[in-house]
Amino acid sequence: MIQLDRVTTVQNPPKLVKVVLTDRKRRFSGVLPPIALSIVIIVIWETISASLSGSRKFLLPTPQSVVIHGLLARDAYGQILPSFVRTSVLALGGFGVAIVLGMLVAAVMYRFRWLEKAVFPYLVALQAVPILAVAPLMAVVFGYSFVAKGIIVVLIAFFPIPANFLLGLRSVDAGLDDLFRLHRASWWTRFWKLAFPNALPQLLTGFRISAGLAVVGAIVGEEFFQAGVPGLGIRLLQYLQNVEYNRLYGALILSSFLGIGFYLIFTWISNRVLRNWHESAIQQGT
Amino acid sequence: MKTIVENGAYLTAPTSMPSLSFEGVGLTYKDGTETLQDINLKVGRDEFVSVVGPSGCGKSTLLKVASGLVEASQGTVVADRDRLGYVFQDATLLPWRTVASNVGLLAELHGVPKAERERRVQEALELVGLSSFADRHPRRLSGGMRMRASLARSLTMDLEVFLFDEPFGALDEITRERLNDELLQLFLTRHFAGLFVTHSIYEAVYLSTRVVVMSPRPGRIVAEFNVPFSYPRGPEVRFSPEFAQLASSISSALRGAE
Ligand SMILES: Nc1ncnc2c1ncn2[C@@H]1O[C@H](COP(=O)(O)OP(=O)(O)O)[C@@H](O)[C@H]1O
Ligand SMILES: [Mg+2]
Repeated sequence: MIQLDRVTTVQNPPKLVKVVLTDRKRRFSGVLPPIALSIVIIVIWETISASLSGSRKFLLPTPQSVVIHGLLARDAYGQILPSFVRTSVLALGGFGVAIVLGMLVAAVMYRFRWLEKAVFPYLVALQAVPILAVAPLMAVVFGYSFVAKGIIVVLIAFFPIPANFLLGLRSVDAGLDDLFRLHRASWWTRFWKLAFPNALPQLLTGFRISAGLAVVGAIVGEEFFQAGVPGLGIRLLQYLQNVEYNRLYGALILSSFLGIGFYLIFTWISNRVLRNWHESAIQQGT
Repeated sequence: MKTIVENGAYLTAPTSMPSLSFEGVGLTYKDGTETLQDINLKVGRDEFVSVVGPSGCGKSTLLKVASGLVEASQGTVVADRDRLGYVFQDATLLPWRTVASNVGLLAELHGVPKAERERRVQEALELVGLSSFADRHPRRLSGGMRMRASLARSLTMDLEVFLFDEPFGALDEITRERLNDELLQLFLTRHFAGLFVTHSIYEAVYLSTRVVVMSPRPGRIVAEFNVPFSYPRGPEVRFSPEFAQLASSISSALRGAE
């Protein structure tokens, strides 16, 4: 949204017109390039698919074939939609836990600097832990359950949240901090009225990164455990083994839609929250 | 060496106890930077004292010590910290809050009830001419308007001492002169004791009852000048020969200090 104050409008009408135009242009410019690129990709896909010799054709079915046989056919979507929902729930659940835990950890590290020194290296190390090596341990402790998969999601999606949140909490302007201290604001007041809102841009960036990772974590978790209600991860393996490549590509497309959807939802939330005051939201213009 | 220049006509003699006083104040930062040395300065109500000095000499530090944000290493500072306003170099507004909500911040921190707070916010916004911008966010204000909002925020409180750290340093000259006049207006109506840091000698002379010159770090007060013009001061004061003469004496004291 662009508003100009009255004075500017009266004195400078050409400027107003120009601004409105760029605003509209900008709105299209956000949507058009990805659409154009997806058309290019579909064309390339089509071409490669057509150029494959008969015996290898099954490796890359045409886009239409994937959509028709892999997604729209009744028994295809009857199978894959519940899996999609299942994986979404797993990813969202793990993501939710990562948000709550991650924010708590960051807030505690913010409150006690020595704890930050003690804990932060482990958070970094957590990222380097090979998840597939931890998964069997999860299986032993939690069984092949929803919880075990959820923990994988949390492990993979966790780090960006405390790291970004802490960065935001620590980046309070020194002058503002002085102002609050001058008026003898308590630690809690400074946290709620200053550090926390100040950290929102970074926190929301953390959410966006972490949301995508949560989807990856959910699919990896399902592929490893291969038990319980089948989600997209299990379907992917199953279709691969059964040489159902139409459905395999269908499931892949749905998986990436899930990731993109998560990302877009959190980008939207982020822009809504920050639109009045933060450059990141204002520049994207939505 | 301490020069006191009396140029005649002035002034309201500081009556009772000074509202802000430094006695033998020294400050050495934790890292060993000796920043202030033997500062003696008293500012009473209805006095407006400007501090000029080379950059890095400890002017901001002087205000921090006055406000209690930094504790003096030697000497004593006397000020009522519950009735102290502080306008920083930049407007220090919370970017996520509207102008009205920013202006209400201090009253909010001091637990002033909502209705009373809103009344004070409205009054303060009117004083600085920002009433019609109450619902804007700071990023959609000009630099001058942001500074006005910052001033208004302090005006919601009952002020005895008002500290300013180069508040208009980043503004263009026209805006700066307009804000100077508005500030003088506030000074005449609110009767606070003002301590104003600036790097503009003209601004210092125009606003103040007294101008204090500091030496390079460690900052000491090397000269004090009384300003003889009576209030209210109009812009024409800036073009009087006395003004030019005083400004030139301050300027040479400043050069002598370096
Ligand atoms: N927190 C601090 N710790 C150590 N040195 C500081 C600190 N703050 C300021 N200084 C130093 O003290 C000196 C005076 O700083 P300041 O009061 O900001 O000067 P001015 O406002 O006159 O430009 C400078 O040399 C600066 O580097
Ligand atoms: Mg300074």
